[in-house]
Amino acid sequence: MTRRRVGIALLLATPLLMGQAKPVLVPDVSQRDIEIKYSFSGAELLLFGAILFPGGRLPEPGHRTDVAIVLKGPAQSIIIREKEKVAGIWVNAEALRYRSAPSFYAIASSRPITTLVDARTRAIYELGLDSLQLSPASNAAAAVQDRFTRGLVEQRRRTGLFVEAPRAVEITGDVLYRARLTIPARVPTGRFTAETFLIRDGRVLAAAVRDIDVRKTGFERFVTRAADRHAILYGLTAVALSALLGWGAGRFARRK
Amino acid sequence: MDVYLPIANLSVNALVMIALGAGVGLLSGMFGVGGGFLTTPLLIVYGIPPTVAAASAASQVTGASVSGVFAHFRRGGVDVKMGVILVAGGIGGSMIGAFLFRFLQASGQIDTVIGIIYVVLLGWIGALMATEAIRSIRVLHGAAAPRPRRRRHHPLVASLPWRTRFYASGLYISPLAPFLLGLGIGMLTVLLGVGGGFILVPAMIYLLGMATSVVVGTSLFQTLFVTMIATMVHATTTKAVDIVLAALLLVGSVVGAQVGARFANRARPEYLRLALAIVVLLVCLRVALGLAWRPDEIYTVELS
Repeated sequence: MTRRRVGIALLLATPLLMGQAKPVLVPDVSQRDIEIKYSFSGAELLLFGAILFPGGRLPEPGHRTDVAIVLKGPAQSIIIREKEKVAGIWVNAEALRYRSAPSFYAIASSRPITTLVDARTRAIYELGLDSLQLSPASNAAAAVQDRFTRGLVEQRRRTGLFVEAPRAVEITGDVLYRARLTIPARVPTGRFTAETFLIRDGRVLAAAVRDIDVRKTGFERFVTRAADRHAILYGLTAVALSALLGWGAGRFARRK
Repeated sequence: MDVYLPIANLSVNALVMIALGAGVGLLSGMFGVGGGFLTTPLLIVYGIPPTVAAASAASQVTGASVSGVFAHFRRGGVDVKMGVILVAGGIGGSMIGAFLFRFLQASGQIDTVIGIIYVVLLGWIGALMATEAIRSIRVLHGAAAPRPRRRRHHPLVASLPWRTRFYASGLYISPLAPFLLGLGIGMLTVLLGVGGGFILVPAMIYLLGMATSVVVGTSLFQTLFVTMIATMVHATTTKAVDIVLAALLLVGSVVGAQVGARFANRARPEYLRLALAIVVLLVCLRVALGLAWRPDEIYTVELS
């Protein structure tokens, strides 16, 4: 009875809802595949796209539209260790395991993300380094989890694996946007995602995702595979290489 | 010139790695040590993960010792029987070392343990070498030479059973002594990525009392085989041997070693030994400071 009533109400409201239709994002990236070769020292990605407003009407002035782009690396299961001074030396003391944490996280936005949306929305969409939703494998106290999460963010920020780039998204004529983000050489291989969020008046209006594959190719791929699948042969090759190089150099030096 | 290391998963400057190998090779040629005790800590300081550093440094020592072994063989400076027993001990030691490595890695203490072992060993050996070198330099400058110590093995060694003759070394001792020695060195090789020559040589002289003419050659013989085994152990257990990194280090070190060997022929051995002692003590100091100073990274992240 009630369900039918709601259904009818919705049906009647359809034209209204369509008039209020949300804008749509059409995102793209400059590179869908990143190949790690011997000379790989990181990759610069251009993330760009268009905002399609319903009916082609631009929003009224005063309601500024913002864009945030989150580039995430494959999730990893990790252990964070905390050093403590014991008997004069720094040793790993406490540790916390996380079932999944992004191996790489970069957020670019047209204005600082904290000014765009509130903490709750940031937490829902994982917008910003202080809003990452990590899942600890143990039930440690919230304060401890907080400490370790901050430690992880700080450590990864220093190594360039976690990046916050406020004002890195440039919006042209309210319809085109672009941002540049760098993937450092230290990232693991796997599927990266670039999520784009359209934000206005503190709300996320639209979101769209693009995948980017990062993988080793050629010699690098061959070596990684060999080390993993043919460990004995790989080890023998390393040993033979070192013995031959050493022996060759010795002979060469003696002949001179 | 950046080169991507496929196992370490990061890119390094190839020229820096070759230079590092050359520097270590220079020292190893000059002093007749493998130089692994320098490579591993330097790689860690550069930012290579400790596991990859220890696993790849061992193969550099293989390259540095191979031509030395041939040279000593030619002039009969290798006690093969002694060497084989040392290597047999080394095989057992590397197995134990691999087990320890994994255990320490799982409990998160591997870096600290590596650091402490380095400080203790380098401090001890460095001090020993420094006092010995200073004493012989004073003799050079006219001080009275101390009465030569009678070559004798340690009383503990004499108490071991099943004595046998080692003709080249001029010894009649139990094979258990070199076996246990090899066991200890094998463990260190896997844990630290060092050849262990800097411990083995004094142990052969002061503990076993071997004839000095075969000490260096036999030590190199043992180093060659045990580093090969350590590389195999790492390749099959930790899978952390980076062949690209190893190749870069090797190219530098084999060239450096030849240059160093030439230089060593012209320098006074007493001063060389003092210089090596200073290098060893400096590395020891650097590692000790690394343990005691508040590290930049209180938090470390590893994959599980």
